[in-house]
Amino acid sequence: MSEGKEYLKEIRLLVRWLAVTVAIFLALAVGLVIYQHTSNHVVEPDFDSKITVDPSKVQGKPSSEVGYRSKFDSPKRIATYATASRTPLEDLQGTITPSDLHFERHHAGIPEINPEQHELLIHGLVEKPIRLKLSDLKKYPSVSRICFIECSGNFRYGKREMTPGEVCGLTSQSEWTGVLLSTILRDLGVKPEAKWLLAEGADGALMARSVPLQEALTEAIIAYGQNGEAIRPQQGYPMRLVIPGFEGNTQIKWLRRIEVTDKPVMTREETSKYTEKVKDGKIRMFSLVMDARSIITYPAYPKKIEKGWQELRGIAWSGRGKVAKVLVSTDNGKTWKEAHLQGPVLEKAHTAFKFMWNWDGKPTRVLSKAIDETGYVQPTYNQLVRARESKAGYHFNPVVGWDIEKTGEVYLADVEGI
Amino acid sequence: MTKHGAVYFVIGIALILLICCDAADKVEPSAGRRQGETDWSDGLVTYQETWPDKFGIGRHADKSFIAKWDIDVRPDGKGLPDGEGSAKNGAVIYRQKCASCHGANGYEGPEDKLVTDSTGSNTIGNYWPYATTIFDYVRRSMPFNAPGSLTDQEVYDITAYLLYLNGIIKEEYKITATTLPQIEMPAKKRYISDDRRGGPEVR
Repeated sequence: MSEGKEYLKEIRLLVRWLAVTVAIFLALAVGLVIYQHTSNHVVEPDFDSKITVDPSKVQGKPSSEVGYRSKFDSPKRIATYATASRTPLEDLQGTITPSDLHFERHHAGIPEINPEQHELLIHGLVEKPIRLKLSDLKKYPSVSRICFIECSGNFRYGKREMTPGEVCGLTSQSEWTGVLLSTILRDLGVKPEAKWLLAEGADGALMARSVPLQEALTEAIIAYGQNGEAIRPQQGYPMRLVIPGFEGNTQIKWLRRIEVTDKPVMTREETSKYTEKVKDGKIRMFSLVMDARSIITYPAYPKKIEKGWQELRGIAWSGRGKVAKVLVSTDNGKTWKEAHLQGPVLEKAHTAFKFMWNWDGKPTRVLSKAIDETGYVQPTYNQLVRARESKAGYHFNPVVGWDIEKTGEVYLADVEGI
Repeated sequence: MTKHGAVYFVIGIALILLICCDAADKVEPSAGRRQGETDWSDGLVTYQETWPDKFGIGRHADKSFIAKWDIDVRPDGKGLPDGEGSAKNGAVIYRQKCASCHGANGYEGPEDKLVTDSTGSNTIGNYWPYATTIFDYVRRSMPFNAPGSLTDQEVYDITAYLLYLNGIIKEEYKITATTLPQIEMPAKKRYISDDRRGGPEVR
């Protein structure tokens, strides 16, 4: 009996102690909250801790020389090889690619060039060959132009778990600033027999490509600016050639020489590379213009979607001019509807398309198809294979799509079945 | 009044001439644009009218400077230096400077196959249309770990060796500025120029 009483007493004591402890904790917590709400003391947001800080109740970080991305949304390039990385198309908004997410492709690494020690030589079939420093280039009348640059070897497939960037992330868009090549050549006097030019970079590969002069004279820019700042080293600092609509490899980075010629040089890059096998055993060369193309960037792998209304989004582009129309299908190609194009629609530029879609929760496939102002319709994989008698290669721009599963999971559709 | 009329007439004619005789290199606004549409070349023609005939920017490039930089070699042989390459000498240089990436026989890798084997991969022998490209590319970019380090003599020898390995020349055939452009590469006849023109046709 007394043993039982002792026992009860002990429990009572324990409960009392527990109550006191809880009370102290509560008091401390309330005190801390009151303190934080009333004091002027600056509490640094500690994003690494698990405690959620109300950002409206603390002072934020001070200003800085160079901005940074939110740590909660910080897209990265997809590094495929040491010589290439791809733009994560699925992580971007609008149509301008942030310069540090512009795709990279180089053949001997990224050179570090001091502009004071860099010159551009323009010679060949011109009356007055010249040497230009970056500071000279900036004296000419400048132009700025928003356009895409796409590598002509920009199509990968083969598994369902692929993101838009992995499929065709070797395309990016910037506002390029520089001098029209025609402005400089006008000063130098082009000889009548001139038909081509050779552009050469200052990298370890001395990357060189021949380009028809007539095309280059209409729109080519010797660019030194990209999205408001100097071109990044990965994109050709201090100067590069930009030829809107042409395959990326011709747009020589780290540009150090332009030779005006009567014939193409037939460099390795325009013969053994950047040529494609086409029908009848032929090999096609100087396929310079990028044909029209599109890709849905939402919904796309690895995102998971929910039933109901959502905006289907993507980009479309053509090296031959403006995108005239983008057709989308949300029922595996049975019906096609015209997507809304975000204006202003620019020539040879990534163009955003959108389409409001009410997903009913049933498995389906979404597809997009670009049509440009020449009337070219983005072909399917099978159309390309039939036309070229070739299953891959440069300038492969097929319609791609995404399979939506019942769970809302999204996977790359099998291109051979589109 | 008639005096003024004459002045206006002369100015009018001058204006018409100015408009008609636009410099050939002026960038024309893209064809097919509808009015009200914006694009990069808006107003450019008007801006160009304010430019002088000559800017005179930059420094004259003299012959010796150009010669130092002008390294490209064309199919017609333009740009080839004097010299003579032999496959025999090329084999020695190839073993030292090329084999580690392209394999002892030119097809074992790990990098690009240079010599045709049974796999059907693209090689110099079955895919390259011009022999001069070998000289241009090897001198321009190779070897990978020391680009631009080969002498013209070494480049000639390696060019001869790669042509010999692909069965295009005999071992004793000498490669010179005259003989290299004359070599007909097996793949040359397969090459066509771009036949895509936009429009509805898929090519």
